[in-house]
Parts: sequence; structure tokens; C-alpha cells
Amino acid sequence: MATAMEFFKLLPKTNCKDCGHPTCLAFAMQLANGKASLEDCPHISEESRKTLNESSAPPMRTVRIGTGDRAAVMGGETVLYRHERRFVNPTVYAVTVSDGLSDEEIVSRVGYAASLRFERVGTVFRLDCISVRNDSGDAERFSAAASMAAGSWDSPLILESESPSAMSAALDAVKGRRPLICGAYPGNMDRMMELAKEHGCPLALRGGTLEETASMAARAKAAGIEDMVLDTGAVTLKQCLERQTAARRAAVRKKFRALGYPLMNRVGSGEYAVALASVSTMKYGSLVIFDDLKPYEALPLFTLRNNIYTDPQVPIQVKQGVYPIGSPDSHSPIMFTTNFSLTYFTVRADIEKSKIPVWLQVVNTEGLSVLTAYAAGKFDPEHVAEAFRESGILDKSDSAVIVPGLVARMSGKLEEIIGRRAVVGTNESKNIPKHLREFMSG
Amino acid sequence: MNDIPQVAEKYKGEIAEIVLGKGDYVAGGAKGMPFLSFENPSKRRPMIAGEVVDDLEGYPEMAARMFDGRQNDPVEWAVMWKELGMDAVCVRLLSTDPARRGASPEDAAETVRRIADRTGLPVIVCGCGDRAVDGRTMAAVSGAVKDSRLILAKAEEEDYKTVSAAAMANGHVVLGFSNLDINLAKQMNILLSDFGIDGDSIIMDPLMAPLGMGLDYSYSVNERIRLAALSGDGMLQQPMLCDTTSAWDVGDATSQDDPALGDPVHRATWWEVMSALAAMMSGADILVMRGPAAADMVKVYAAELTEAD
Repeated sequence: MATAMEFFKLLPKTNCKDCGHPTCLAFAMQLANGKASLEDCPHISEESRKTLNESSAPPMRTVRIGTGDRAAVMGGETVLYRHERRFVNPTVYAVTVSDGLSDEEIVSRVGYAASLRFERVGTVFRLDCISVRNDSGDAERFSAAASMAAGSWDSPLILESESPSAMSAALDAVKGRRPLICGAYPGNMDRMMELAKEHGCPLALRGGTLEETASMAARAKAAGIEDMVLDTGAVTLKQCLERQTAARRAAVRKKFRALGYPLMNRVGSGEYAVALASVSTMKYGSLVIFDDLKPYEALPLFTLRNNIYTDPQVPIQVKQGVYPIGSPDSHSPIMFTTNFSLTYFTVRADIEKSKIPVWLQVVNTEGLSVLTAYAAGKFDPEHVAEAFRESGILDKSDSAVIVPGLVARMSGKLEEIIGRRAVVGTNESKNIPKHLREFMSG
Repeated sequence: MNDIPQVAEKYKGEIAEIVLGKGDYVAGGAKGMPFLSFENPSKRRPMIAGEVVDDLEGYPEMAARMFDGRQNDPVEWAVMWKELGMDAVCVRLLSTDPARRGASPEDAAETVRRIADRTGLPVIVCGCGDRAVDGRTMAAVSGAVKDSRLILAKAEEEDYKTVSAAAMANGHVVLGFSNLDINLAKQMNILLSDFGIDGDSIIMDPLMAPLGMGLDYSYSVNERIRLAALSGDGMLQQPMLCDTTSAWDVGDATSQDDPALGDPVHRATWWEVMSALAAMMSGADILVMRGPAAADMVKVYAAELTEAD
């Protein structure tokens, strides 16, 4: 990104305000912060526009597979480390549907892909894509399989074949879906580029080395292809880490355009594939295609992706509401805590350890932890009582309410407002199991 | 042909090297970000320590079943980790907890001595969490093992002098604990250093939160610590220890309520493996792990990433 002064030099310097900013310098500063667009200046010379567009383009292109709301969005990243700024577009995961399967098997395979979906605290983790792969070697079969898979899958699609004629047939069969064409290697690149242009689809390029991948990308760009996904040819964890780190650094730090595209890996299945996917998720991979992915692999992997792509500037918050732990009944203890995710997770884990079912009320404290929220007036008896009222938790159980030990002093007032006995719990979450056992027996 | 620009960073600082055990194990020494051979010539694989507890109450059943009964004797358990090829043993002396068996410091120290003797591996020694008890335990442990350099855990901001003194008395290493914050991590190192502990005897534990329970915080805190160390902050250049055993405490990792989540043993293993991979990617020099299958996988991956054996 250019600096404010670099922008300023190329602006007309007339302070005409037509861009909506008081001066050209103010406009330049907004441009440098990425908060204004060059299009807002009607007087800029064509030559300056070209120069500025080059330098103000983001370091990595954003590429979409599919269309509309359900499109899989990749790339657009601007930093190397997530503490600098949030990583924006989470790694996209796909599983393979082989065209070697029977029609029935294809439908059930797509059904399996759709079943890799987990609802978690306020979020849904799901598989993003299916990748129809031309294992049969037959163009007609590939096209029929693509059509069948597309018919039972409304999310983004990837088509995998090294044969341009098979790819062409399958692209015709899924018109309008804008699948990722996967893909081009040096031997078939020209034909695949033609198909990408003809169908307006993103194109995956795979080189044997990082250098070869970069030169393929430069060639595709020169041929007018903009939406690309790059496979650096990494097959080991080390190659994946080193090549993808080098690519991201070249794109972000050195403005090296030929590597300023989302990166992908094709990983197979089994332990090593999942390890590769984990490394790729942490280290700059935007798309991972699996042969297969088991639920016990998918849940941790989706959780990892969620963790890596959260916004590090904002404390993660859990939604206000009642969270039943175990299978609580009408006499199970009622507990409450803040909506700061670390607090919630810790308290939840410690309650689970006790093996005693509990109704846990999460109170919206805007992501603050217990003491901070109390000090900020966001975790006082009134707020807690209001959360209880909204959720109706007191109707779910006739038990006393356990107050976090750190805010013991609110218990009297809380009792008064909610008309239910309040018992003071522990200062430290790790002592919850012991306290709960005593509470239940006492 | 476009030439790819040079992307190796030039760093001013490097991570201290800490000699452990009988002098045959070294942790730390990184000169660049983890596993990037183009900028980090140190080809030292992170060490992996297997966890042993001397009192099984509260230890997850699912994990216990993986040790074929050998978990009933902490020394046998430690030997099993050695047989599995791990680099160290981390023993938690929970038996000393007055709320458990209230075992004496001498008995606990004897357990550590036998583990060190039988395995020949470096030992990380953790107390039971009761400060007064742990102070006495660490003093006894320090004196009982003189031919192997232990890591005594853990020094905390409010309570670091006893364990530090115990470590200094016999040339052991102190583990400085801080709670998910680069500034607190630095503060802990400053306190230990002001207390008189040399840089070759401090390892940092910045608290590794497991997958799904704050891993994102730890990942970034670790990265920031490592980047600051490499850019020359001498008070953050201690090797990092990351304990991933708490992956087994995450509900989603071990839950058996929902068959749609898949086999819980495999899932818990992956939970710990991914937590460990995240720890290594963000700078861990020593891992403490619970699952034998997880530890084995991580060791293989770490070796490949390091290009070491």
C-alpha cells in the first residue's frame, strides 16, 4: 500500500472537495488507510490513476468459488501474523467426490459431505465445498457425475481433471455454478486458461516448486486471468510451511504480485493429510482438498480454523443465554458467568469435570471477565437478574443460584431482586467440582 | 521468469540454550521463526515430555486406558514414555496434596529420583498446587537428584522465590509461568533474573490454552514472544514450554454423547496433536503431552519439520 505522501504527489492538489474530503491531503490520508477509493476523485489524470492503482491494490487477491452468499471466499489477506490484523477469509475445506462412484454412491457421498456440520457456541462449523474428481478418465462420465453432485449440493463446487476436454464437458454441465477449475499444470495450462476465461471461473494452478508456480501465475496473469488459486506443489509438512510462508511474505512484504493469490493444498486422506491441513490452516493456506475427512478429524480441524481466524483485537464473546451442561433437570444447580469466551470455556470445562448437570447462565458483559465486568458495572445484580428474566432460567430449576466467588458481594442484592436463594461459589474456577459436590450433598 | 524475492528475515536475537538431564539434552537455540530452514539454521527438534501423575484421581479414564496398567506406578509409566521414544518426563506430584494422600516431600522426591535414574531422561517436576506444600516438595526434590538437571515448576509472580531457591541450590532449571500475556511473561523473566537466576536456567511457560479453549490467544502470545525475542528483547529469549495435556479437558475433544462427532479416542488425540502443532508453529521448544499416540505423531511431524531424526 502506498503512503499518504505518495498518493498526495499524484493527486491534482486543487482541494476541490469533489471527493468529499476537505483537502487533497486529507483524501490522500484516507486512501493510505484504505478508507477511501481512488474512484472518488473525478479529476485525477489517467496516468496517475494507473500508477496509484498498481500501488494501492491489496497484496493478495480475493478469489471466490461459486456465486452469491454461499460463495467460498479465499485470500485478501494483508498480514503475516494474526496479532497484526485479523486473518480475513478462513481456510476453505473440500472433500472429494470421485466420478468412479456409481450415481447412488455419489448422492450418498455428497450427503456425507453435508453431514460434516457441527453447531457450536453461536457458530456453525461446516464443510465448504465438494470437489468432483475425474478418476474415470472419461469426459462424459465426469460431466454426468458433476451434474449429479451439483444437483444435491447447493454450496460451492470444485472440478478436478487434468483433461481439458473432460473439464469442458463438466463445466457445461454445471453452468452458472462458477466452480473452481482444478486444474492447470504446465502441460495443459493454455487450454485450461481458455476454459477459465470462457466460463468466467477461477482457476487453480499447480507447479512443482514455488518458482514454477509463480511463473505460471505470472503467465496466467499476462493472459488475462485474474482469479487464481495457487498450489505450490508442497507434499510434506515442511514444504507446506516453508513454501506458503515464503509466498505470503513475498506477497505481503515485497509486493510480489505473482504470489499474491490464495494458496491451496491437495492432501489425500488419513493422519498425514490432516496434519498437512492443520499446518496449512495455520500457515497461510486458503483451500485444502481432502480425499476423505472423518468426523473425528473434522471437528478439531474446524475448531482450529475457527481459532486461527477469530479477531485477535476483540475478546471472543459467547452469546447471552442458558447453556445446559450435562442433562440438568428441575432441581439442578443454577450458575452464571460472563460472556468472555475464556471465562465461559474454563467454567464450562470445570463444571463438566464435576459430572454434575448444571444450568449455566451466560450474562452479556461485552466480553469482559468477571472482575473487570463487575468493576465496569456490566456484571451487577441488575444485569444478572435481567439476563435471568430474559432466559427464564429460574423456571427451569428450583435450585439456589451459585454466585461466582469473586463477586460474592452481589449475592444479597441478587437474592432480593430474583427472590431465590443465592449461594456463594468459589473464587477459582478449578475448585468448582469440589464446591458442586459439597453443594449437592449439603 | 519472475525471481521470487528474498524473504528470509534477519534477526538480532536468538533463543537461549538450556542444557537438561545429564547434559545430553538441550532445549532452545532457535535463530528464526520455527522450522523455516531459510532463516533458522538451528535444526533442533522441539523436545517432547510425556506426562506422569503419581495419583490418578481426576485423571481422565480415556487417557489412562492407553497405558496398559503401567500408569499405576509412576516410575513404570515414565519408563513407558522412554520406550515410546520421548525426550523427557513431566511428573505431577499430586500425591503431596493434603486433600489427597498428603504424601511427604521425601516420598515425592524419591519418586522423582527413581524416574530420573530409571529413564535417564530430563524430568520436569510439578507440584500439587498448594504453595506451602510445593515449596517443601521442590526443596526435597532438588536435593534428591543431583546428577540430572531437572526443570522445577512453577515460579509464579506471587510466589517464585521458594522454587527458585530450590533450583539454584543444585543447579536445576526454573519454569517461569505467566498467564497468556507477553508483558507478564517478560515480567516473570525479569523477576527470576533479578533473583539471581542465570539465563541458562530459565524456561518460560506462557500458558498454552488448548484447541477450542483459547488456543487463539496462546498462538498469538507465543508468536509475539518469539518475534520480540528474535528482534533482540533479551528478557524474552528463554525457551518456551507448552503444556498441551489440557486438550483432554475440552468437552468437544472427549465427549461421548454425540455419535456424529466420531470416535472420541481419535478425536481427543487429534485435539492434542493440533494443540501441539499450534504450539510448535508459534515457537514451543518443549511440549508436555498426555496421549501416547498424540505424542508419537507430534514427534514424527516435529522431526520432519526440523529435518532432524
